[in-house]
Formats: sequence, structure tokens, C-alpha cells
Amino acid sequence: MMTKVELETFVEGTTNYFEKAANQPASVGSPYIVQDGHPAVQEFTGMISIAGKRRGVVYFTASRPMLTVMLMRMGETELTQDNMCDLVGEVANTISGNARRDFGKDFMISVPTVVTGEPDKVLTPDNVRSFVIPINWRSHSAQLVVCLE
Amino acid sequence: MALASVKGGAPANGRLKLMICDDSNIIRRKIERELQIDRLQVIATAANGRQAVEAFRKEPADVVTMDLTMPEMDGIECVENLVQMKPDVLILVISALADKATAIEALKKGANGFLCKPFTDRQLTEALQELLRGAGNDD
Repeated sequence: MMTKVELETFVEGTTNYFEKAANQPASVGSPYIVQDGHPAVQEFTGMISIAGKRRGVVYFTASRPMLTVMLMRMGETELTQDNMCDLVGEVANTISGNARRDFGKDFMISVPTVVTGEPDKVLTPDNVRSFVIPINWRSHSAQLVVCLE
Repeated sequence: MALASVKGGAPANGRLKLMICDDSNIIRRKIERELQIDRLQVIATAANGRQAVEAFRKEPADVVTMDLTMPEMDGIECVENLVQMKPDVLILVISALADKATAIEALKKGANGFLCKPFTDRQLTEALQELLRGAGNDD
């Protein structure tokens, strides 16, 4: 079960990512728990599996319009499907990797897996509650989902 | 999976040869695009450690930016390989892994600097300048 302090690590990581990488701060809302079923997913989802000290999954899910603007803000000119997949994976990877500042080296993260569409492929463990961190950036919304034993 | 890219021709006029290694295409392109140090010229990019070792064997770079979490061969193992081939190579690790133990391990294996993702353009330039200053290659 995650603590409030642990969750704050991911909120700070998300805030930091948008400030530095996307060159424009995001409004990161209060995390909430998904009580029944699995959290919703959008068109592009970058997933990181967590092993070692903690087990579970962290994923970032966003729409194509949001990723398009993010790429543009990053100075990227190739607004391709491949680069959108790359970006959702990189966001999830960066926020998860940054969490090791607090969780330590035994918080082991995988390379990203990217899913486009197909919400049934974005799986979280059934026996663990998922926390959703809502992200509002410009006129777009995305979610970071943290599901850790 | 992207293949390693080797750009033709050796840098002229004393420029240092730079290789960029990261499994993210947008990060590789960002580093290449935002590079504001005239003395560095990108000669190769690689999407994982194995590709980086192959490209380095063909043409050793003077400076390398190195991600850590990558498929096939991770950055720590790649740093060891590159340092074995060229002990005076300058390696800047650019990684999201923000724990001190990982940074220390990378430095022990032969890396010369560590920049945490996400980074701003200015932070990238400053980190590379610091790397060059430390090796007596002021820009």
C-alpha cells in the first residue's frame, strides 16, 4: 500500500517533468483511488513495470493532440506515431526513474512498453489499488497511474 | 528498433567527436538539436548499449552521452566497454535514475559526469561544458 509521502514523489516528478521537458508547467491535481475496475486509458500509454523493493506498474496515458503539442514544445518537428509512442514511454520512464531518489536503487524499473488504443492491454494488478494523478496541461488532460504493492 | 547511425567524415579543425546513446529517439534528436558547443560534432547515435559499442569500435568518439535504462545492453555495461576500448573517453551519463547509488556506480565504472532527466537545454549545455572543463578541453 502506498503512503501519502510516496505518492507525493510521483506528483513532484510529474510537475518537474512538464516544467523542464515540456517547457510549460502542468496543473497536477490531487491523486484519487480507483475503487472498482481498472483506470481509464487514452490513445497512447507508456508503461513501466516495477520490481525489487516494490512491485507493480506505473503508466502515463495521453491523447494524440496533447502529445502533438508536447512534441512541438520540445522542439521536435517529426510529429509521427513513433515519436508519440516514444514520448509516452519516456515520460513514464523519467517519472519512475526519478522516484528512485526517494525509493532507492532497489526500486527497479523496466524499459517502457507502449500500448496504443486497446485499453485491455493496459493491465494493473487486481489485488492492488491504483492511484490516478490527473494532469492538466494547456487545454489537455492526461493521467499518471501508480499501482504498487 | 532504430539502428545505430554513424555520420560520415571525421570532424575537422580540432572538433571533438560526440556519440549520443539513448533508447529514446526524441531524446537523441533533442540532444543533437540543442547542442550549443561548437567544439563538439555528432558522429554517431545509438539506441542501446550494444549499438553504441559497435559504433564506437568503428570510430571511437571523444565524448559520449549515455542513457542507463536501455534494452539489450544497459548504460552501465556500455560505459565499462567504452572505457576499456578508450580509457580517456569522456562520458556524460544522462539518465532518469535519480538515486545517488546509481550515479556513484556509473562514475566508478568510468563515467565522468551525471545529468538527471528531465533536463533543460541550458542544463545540457552546462553539463557538457563542465565535462570538457574537467578534462582540460575548455570550449
